[in-house]
Amino acid sequence: MGLIQEIDFGTPASTSEKQVTLTVDGFTVTVPEGTSIMRASMEAGIAIPKLCATDMVDAFGSCRLCLVEIEGRNGTPSSCTTPVAPGMVVHTQTGKLKDIRRGVMELYISDHPLDCLTCAANGNCELQTQAGVVGLRDVRYGYEGDNHVFKKNDGVENFRWMAKDESNPYFTYDPSKCIVCSRCVRACEEVQGTFALTIEGRGFGSRVSPGMHQPFIDSECVSCGACVQACPTATLSEKSLIQIGQPENSKVTTCAYCGVGCQFKAEMRGDELVRMVPYKDGKANRGHSCVKGRFAYGYSTHKDRILKPMIREKISDPWREVSWEEALTHTANEFRRIQYQYGRTAIGGITSSRCTNEETYLVQKLIRQGFRNNNVDTCARVCHSPTGYGLGQTFGTSAGTQDFDSVEHTDVVIVIGANPASAHPVFASRLKKRLRKGAKLIVLDPRRTEMVKSAHIQADYHLPLKPGTNVAVVTSLAHVIVTEGLFNEAFIRERCDWDEFQDWASFVALPENSPEVVGKLANVDPELIRGAARLYARGGNGSIYYGLGVTEHSQGSTTVIAIANLAMATGNIGRKGVGVNPLRGQNNVQGSCDMGSFPHELPGYRHVSGDAVRDIYESLWGVKLDDEPGLRIPNMLDAAVDGSFKGLYVQGEDILQSDPDTKHVAAGLAAMECVVVQDLFLNETANYAHVFLPGSTFLEKDGTFTNAERRINRVRKVMAPKNGLADWEVTQKLAQTMGLDWNYQHPSEIMDEIAKTTPSFAKVSYDYLEQMGSVQWPCNDKAPLGTPIVHVDGFVRGKGKFIRTEYVATDEKTGPRFPLLLTTGRILSQYNVGAQTRRTDNVMWHSEDRLEIHPHDAENRGLRDGDWVKLTSRSGETTLRAEITDRVSPGVVYTTFHHPDTQANVITTDFSDWATNCPEYKVTAVQVGASNGPTEWQRDYNEQAEQSRRIAPLQAAE
Amino acid sequence: MTMQPASTEIVSRTAAIIHEFKGLEGPLLPILHGIQEEFGYVPQDSLPVIADALNISNAEVHGVATFYHDYRSHPAGRHVLKVCQAEACQSMGSDAVAAKLKQLLGIGFHETARDGSVTLEPVYCLGLCACAPSAMLDGEVIGRLDDEKLDEIVAEVRS
Repeated sequence: MGLIQEIDFGTPASTSEKQVTLTVDGFTVTVPEGTSIMRASMEAGIAIPKLCATDMVDAFGSCRLCLVEIEGRNGTPSSCTTPVAPGMVVHTQTGKLKDIRRGVMELYISDHPLDCLTCAANGNCELQTQAGVVGLRDVRYGYEGDNHVFKKNDGVENFRWMAKDESNPYFTYDPSKCIVCSRCVRACEEVQGTFALTIEGRGFGSRVSPGMHQPFIDSECVSCGACVQACPTATLSEKSLIQIGQPENSKVTTCAYCGVGCQFKAEMRGDELVRMVPYKDGKANRGHSCVKGRFAYGYSTHKDRILKPMIREKISDPWREVSWEEALTHTANEFRRIQYQYGRTAIGGITSSRCTNEETYLVQKLIRQGFRNNNVDTCARVCHSPTGYGLGQTFGTSAGTQDFDSVEHTDVVIVIGANPASAHPVFASRLKKRLRKGAKLIVLDPRRTEMVKSAHIQADYHLPLKPGTNVAVVTSLAHVIVTEGLFNEAFIRERCDWDEFQDWASFVALPENSPEVVGKLANVDPELIRGAARLYARGGNGSIYYGLGVTEHSQGSTTVIAIANLAMATGNIGRKGVGVNPLRGQNNVQGSCDMGSFPHELPGYRHVSGDAVRDIYESLWGVKLDDEPGLRIPNMLDAAVDGSFKGLYVQGEDILQSDPDTKHVAAGLAAMECVVVQDLFLNETANYAHVFLPGSTFLEKDGTFTNAERRINRVRKVMAPKNGLADWEVTQKLAQTMGLDWNYQHPSEIMDEIAKTTPSFAKVSYDYLEQMGSVQWPCNDKAPLGTPIVHVDGFVRGKGKFIRTEYVATDEKTGPRFPLLLTTGRILSQYNVGAQTRRTDNVMWHSEDRLEIHPHDAENRGLRDGDWVKLTSRSGETTLRAEITDRVSPGVVYTTFHHPDTQANVITTDFSDWATNCPEYKVTAVQVGASNGPTEWQRDYNEQAEQSRRIAPLQAAE
Repeated sequence: MTMQPASTEIVSRTAAIIHEFKGLEGPLLPILHGIQEEFGYVPQDSLPVIADALNISNAEVHGVATFYHDYRSHPAGRHVLKVCQAEACQSMGSDAVAAKLKQLLGIGFHETARDGSVTLEPVYCLGLCACAPSAMLDGEVIGRLDDEKLDEIVAEVRS
């Protein structure tokens, strides 16, 4: 197997189309104009010695090791900062160069410890390698005198020496090994965009400093790890590498956190994971990562992980560990009993956006073929179902229109209801990079997020709208575009229905949609709305990126439609740099939707009522399929409370914690007779389960994830499942136990079945993915290389459809009892309900959920920063601690939902999107008051959870 | 020991200085100069205020403030004495001048006398090579240093 080695070209690739030919050491090489001599040489297979250059950051020219001689030019210019020129003749290895390099290396080594044998970078240290490369044989300067290496010089404290900084849980900073090449500083600035590192001092006193000479953990560092990746020595090293040693084999796989879909090399020693290194050829992340993807994988070996199947008769009983056979037989018998007793539709299942496409496909297949109904739903119900509906109606595809690379070509970006810096950090870094190059930014968000203002980022327009007024504000943007004649008539006439446009235009032009009227109800200055609309319409390539702040509303689908209208009206669809891009929350939420996880759709978004589509599956699966849509998650729970729904198979989703109105979910689950939970941990839903099937992590199985840009990325198994079976094998065994004739030997066979039955996946196979790296669907004979950008020559549905978007205020209104509006979001270090990240050292950054409240609102209530507060809504109450900040406007409070102790969803109501039932998480009328500690509900809940998680001690062997 | 202002006061006085210079092109150095003038040094507490106002990171401000020797991280003494240690002065015996001053004042380079009277610093060229060895006391240059002049300087800073 071996370690995957990526070539470091030293400087970034040039995008120029003009080619230049030169000669390096007698070899002719042709490269794009603007390429450095260093990179051109590497293209020719000649590695020029270097220390401060690496191709993730721009050339810097500080190490003086990469010098070359160029015929006809004076001196020895650095090859990293010198661009190629036609006909240039370069020599990389002359007597003069050898002497200079050796001299430079002597200076470096004279201030570097000689502890190579016990150093974490031993065998993978660029300084060590370059010392070898330049033929260093002696250090004439010795190691005494002024240095940064030794704690004491001749028994006297060395003021230059700095202790190792181990404050970050994932990596260490050992200043004594630093050669001050600035690669970490530049990676933090150019790649991540946080600017948390600097070089302090000057000359020999120069040191790398996090923040203002602070420990890493106290600085502005967000622990993305780009600096660690960039470091050529052991100065910045992963703690896992220090502990385990250098890896010896690696595979490319895909991160299992958010919907960006970063690719990583999982670097292993045997079957132990040493570290995750972002893969340069990963087309979503281009070699970058965030703190979660790179470091927060410790949950996979956490002691809380359940590795044996368990069953129990009643949820008040302790769990009993059983064999896989017993667990699956019990499940199959229960499901069949329930169907016999209560009817065919009394059971259903929930697929997981965390599992692979293949696993999701199997769960919906089990339900449709085995349960013989359409009672299948997925967690996208509570996040992006309005995206599927809204974009499906207007454009004809239920997915984003662009690839992530498109952001490099955008001129004006609108970010609505999303905080990519926290929830999609790698995309945020790419966006920030574009913004630093001059693109304009408009943010619609009730909160002043990091996208509104952070180092080197400042939104040109921030519309701090009141939660729940998205439709009004987005329609108002359209009002300005229509009434000021800023729409793109040629585009609309060519690609959309002109009559529909005129109808829509007459609607948005109504005075009630004007910024002056909308501004009042949304608490936004009308001039900001006008300015933002003009900028988007006239600023060049306009792109829209949005998140759950758009979808999780009673008018979520309407906002998605309003966004689509805006893009069509301005002609911002169908090329690089434009488009409408939902930022999908979970690693495979796009995939789980694609795979037919909704009760009304078969894979590929084809309605179950279509005879032709059902025929495909009926002939392959040999059963008659139900042509009526099944139950959605909220309907399943309602039916359970009513007594007509009795059994549920939940794969990898914690509906009790993530779905709205926790009490209602709990009541629904408690009313069922057989709840089967398949997960890594005893999650909150498992408190109400009768069967627990242990799940496997993304490191333990083969498969594919589909990210927010429709990119199908391979997930590769790097270790055996600790629970014995990969998730797809568990579902297959359950199906077999229920009498279905399934016989997949490998997930690739499942993908073959998906490709055979789903036109948009027709050309996808594991062999093809191996060859291509990844592809974006649709990928078929019409688009054999996949589809980076959709709607290029016209909309998929034919003509783009303008739909009126009338603003209807949510029924969730503030009043005397509940005067504040609560909205929810995420934080960088935690992921979703936190089941994984809470079981890693990421808790160092966020150990509890806090309630953000404006100083005015806090003062009215006599609250101080850090006080326990009670948060009450019409649905319930919970307590948490307050954080007083003006990031939120007066009248708005904000919290995250990463910790089950807080149970923010006890507060959220059961209002939901009119079209898709997506819950209205983002708006809840609440009251906030002082509190002494946890509410009675929280105490009862914790007690129940504790009771429910008991596992009976194993009986002595017979 | 000079009393350092409370951090809230630093923040408000820093904000006023930022306001004065923010409109300039490349305002960071003028702001740091203004702050040094206001406080006699650049208090660490003022760095995040500058970072926030210029929309750059704390680290960047720290990097710039520590790059220039003239920006102090601590208050200086009532007098600041800079002794040139560059090549021309060295050739005219500035090493001995520095040693003498250190002995007379009882402090080393980058140190402030315990009574807060004077801070001693090296400087690399005052442009006064023709009159080497030279020094600068509170902004006034002094050339052709000899024992007599050193005694005068010491007497002045002690007074």
